[in-house]
Amino acid sequence: MEEVDVEPTITNIPAISDGKHMGFAWGPGDILVYETLYKASGASGSGCSFIHEIRKDEDIYSPILRKLFNESHHIFVGLQTIREELPSKSKKPQFVSISKNYRSVIRACMEELQQVAGNTVSILLAIELIWNLCEVLFIDAAPAGSLLLHLLDWVRLHKADVDERAREVLQSESPAEHHDYWDVVVSYVLQGRLEEVRQMLVKQGTLQPAARSMYKQMDTLLSKMPFYNPGGTQTLTEFDVKWRHWHEEVDRCLQDNSFASNRHLEVICKILLGDEDTLLDHKELLGTWYHFLVTRLLFCHPTVKPTELHYYAQSCMTMFLDSRSVSEPLDNILLAAFEFDIHQVIKECSIALNNWWFVAHLTDLLDHCKLLQSHNLHFGSNLREFLLLEYASGLFTHHSLWQLAVDYFDHCPEFGRVYLELQIERVPLETERKALKVLRICEQRQMSEQVRSICKIMAMRALRNNRLGSALSWSIRAKDAAFATLISERFLQDYCAKGTFSDLDLIDNLGPAMLLSDRLTFLGKYREFHKLYGEKRFREAAKLLLSLMTAKIAPQSFWMTLLTDALPLLEQKEVIFTADQTYELMFCLEELTSSLNITASSTDRPMQEEDVEVTKVELLRLALARNLAQAIVKEGTVET
Amino acid sequence: MNVFFPTDNRISIWSIGSNLSTGMEDGFEGDPQLLCEHKHDGDVLDLQFLDQDRIVTASSTGAVTIFRHHQNSQTISVSQLWARAHCYPCDNAPCTGVVCSSPEIVTVGEDGRIIVFRADQEGVVRVIENADSSTIHAVTYLRTTEILTVNSIGQLKLWDFRQQSNSPSQILSLSGDRVPLHCVDRHPNQQHIVATGGQDGMLCVWDVRQGNTPFSLMEAHTAEMWEVHFHPTNPDHLFTCSEDGSLLHWETSSHSDMPSFLQGGRNSSMVSRSAMAPAGGNQSLISAWLSGDSSKGRLETTHMLPSQTLSVNSLDVLGPCLVCGTDGEAIFVNRQVPV
Repeated sequence: MEEVDVEPTITNIPAISDGKHMGFAWGPGDILVYETLYKASGASGSGCSFIHEIRKDEDIYSPILRKLFNESHHIFVGLQTIREELPSKSKKPQFVSISKNYRSVIRACMEELQQVAGNTVSILLAIELIWNLCEVLFIDAAPAGSLLLHLLDWVRLHKADVDERAREVLQSESPAEHHDYWDVVVSYVLQGRLEEVRQMLVKQGTLQPAARSMYKQMDTLLSKMPFYNPGGTQTLTEFDVKWRHWHEEVDRCLQDNSFASNRHLEVICKILLGDEDTLLDHKELLGTWYHFLVTRLLFCHPTVKPTELHYYAQSCMTMFLDSRSVSEPLDNILLAAFEFDIHQVIKECSIALNNWWFVAHLTDLLDHCKLLQSHNLHFGSNLREFLLLEYASGLFTHHSLWQLAVDYFDHCPEFGRVYLELQIERVPLETERKALKVLRICEQRQMSEQVRSICKIMAMRALRNNRLGSALSWSIRAKDAAFATLISERFLQDYCAKGTFSDLDLIDNLGPAMLLSDRLTFLGKYREFHKLYGEKRFREAAKLLLSLMTAKIAPQSFWMTLLTDALPLLEQKEVIFTADQTYELMFCLEELTSSLNITASSTDRPMQEEDVEVTKVELLRLALARNLAQAIVKEGTVET
Repeated sequence: MNVFFPTDNRISIWSIGSNLSTGMEDGFEGDPQLLCEHKHDGDVLDLQFLDQDRIVTASSTGAVTIFRHHQNSQTISVSQLWARAHCYPCDNAPCTGVVCSSPEIVTVGEDGRIIVFRADQEGVVRVIENADSSTIHAVTYLRTTEILTVNSIGQLKLWDFRQQSNSPSQILSLSGDRVPLHCVDRHPNQQHIVATGGQDGMLCVWDVRQGNTPFSLMEAHTAEMWEVHFHPTNPDHLFTCSEDGSLLHWETSSHSDMPSFLQGGRNSSMVSRSAMAPAGGNQSLISAWLSGDSSKGRLETTHMLPSQTLSVNSLDVLGPCLVCGTDGEAIFVNRQVPV
């Protein structure tokens, strides 16, 4: 077995006393745990009678993060439908734009969370930082020259406090004398925002007319610093040459002691030269080792190549974090990114974050950019699919977000369907409307077994609550003949017990659904018989009644009732049943009584019931005989 | 026994700003502002304003609740609660629809009951037990003393409250398959015209005075149609929303007095015009009809939402303003519906 990457966390169950054994069962997103005596045999003791539910992921219940999940789902689905045939070159801008969409959703959530506070904000900040870096390095994959510019943007975006402080200083009465003034200036220099530096220095320059020439010189240096223009005609080599000239000029100024009388300007000069010690002197202004890294690259190696990044990253991190401070998970993740070790980034993120959202979506995007090597994991699926499955499974336990998870499963070609089949049956169905939504999902994906299962659950529930119409409509949806039969039996039982039909509106309007099951057909036809009788269309009623028995549509158990129904028809003044029909009726009666006789001897039915049965049969025989006589006479008569 | 975990449902009141939008291109400008909200037990399956300040909700727990919105303090409180209005002997039965005509409230539920309440009156005014053997999905007023219900075996039932009997005065249904009906709405001016939508996404328009079959049938959606609404002041416009994630605006541009979808039968070539082209390129939402009867009208339909939304569960329209909610936990507001 492989080694674990991190020590597993331990959760104590307070209600279960120390040293007791626990039994457990896995659920879709949680574990059920209970106290137990772990003995093969012997007396049972009393113990704690509770079952504990332990759940790890709280994030899906946060109301603001829900927005993140919903919006990112939308972006995810859009990403999956980007057409495959286009060449990668034209897709890159699309991928970058999708990456930016994801990031803007994260930022929107952060803004909302700012008002609520809590440490989710810092996690989101970190996530956005990492995502942004991944976008720069992997998705945009900027070459040397542009790379530094993107990294500069990245750092500027994540160090927003500079602007706040600057605003404070500028809005004060005398900005140049503000105690934060030089901090702001140096911060701007560190971020390479030289325009702003020049504007601020002007204020200082006017204050010290004596040092005007010095400020002028600094201003010139700042204005001449070359920045690479990716869209321009200058090649990288030309830029490099120009930059070196400028760098030498700044060095000369330093050697000449041009700024010796003003320590602030001298510091700025040293920073422009990328002097490590000076930079490290301003640790609090830099704040992080990666700011230090980008600043150093800006002023020492602006033409840094992507492949060279990791050397500088490693050394900067070591220099910045002295022996006292420990590297945080975030630092390791960023370092892995600088080393272009995508898998390491994903792995570290999976460990550090308690929600799969970030790694799932980032990995999916990187996979679309064809940046992930397709090495398979030990358990059969690839990394992208594994993460998406984990994320979606977590969503499925939520009472509302489960619908998002369906789309994620749809886009996991290997195991998505299986996961969906297992999960969808476990969605609690409090209302019919929810059941209909679940059914629609199953039907769209031809998951016929799940359809049957869900319809059966709903039908059973309806049946239990005596909602026969609902139960029937569910079994029609599932095309469940067996259940339809069951429902019809219930109807017929009700009829036998009460003597009338309940829910006539249903039976009268069965329509083609009647054909779903034999019993249902019988029910419909039987009701039709009653209607015909009620309308005094006796001939037709009689014919229908007979056909129910002879065509074997009626279950034999019901024949007695049918024959009893025939009695009033037989007793009519007018002859309704023809001789042939009467013969058939007699045949049915004989069939019925002979089969009953076989069983009758072994039953211990009370004497009364048997009497009633016997009387009924006698009555029928008599009625049939009389009818036969009359029918023969009538048919034999010739009207003259 | 079914165990369902508690959820954090709420009823909320939002403000979408003033109605005087000055020529903005996009009708979706500006976020709605949340004014106040209140916890709600169970899912809200239907919602209606009773009057200026009061709202009635139908809950999945079977409860019917009247909430009062206090305008000055911007709070909501429960004004009246009938906790198990709809129920089974040993289970909850969701209340699926509610309709009001102040002070009368009529609700229907999965238990097949029709219940009449009066606001400010504790007990129930009238119950029609076993009104339906299947679930009643929606209810609407036909006249002040008559209501219409639709159920899951595809029947439209007319109930007259003046009669004491517990059976409908009329039953209408489609011949053929018993497709469950989910929504119903009455034409604001012509009280015999009714529109329904059901599981197969078909929009049916009925004339309750004549006959047992719908006046016209139109293929509207590819999945369940959850709600249908005539525009209250401009009834040549109809809106439908569906599980398939679309919200359609039906507009008739006939020269005759009667809108074309009321001219009966399968008529009028329909033109589908998308406000925003669906990304997947799926244009064939409305099938072309065989030109049967001569008809001077044309029916146009417009998609009102961007493509790829999850199911649109509910909509409402007032004046130029349309609002709808989706399963993606989003509310869309369009303040400039062309009516």
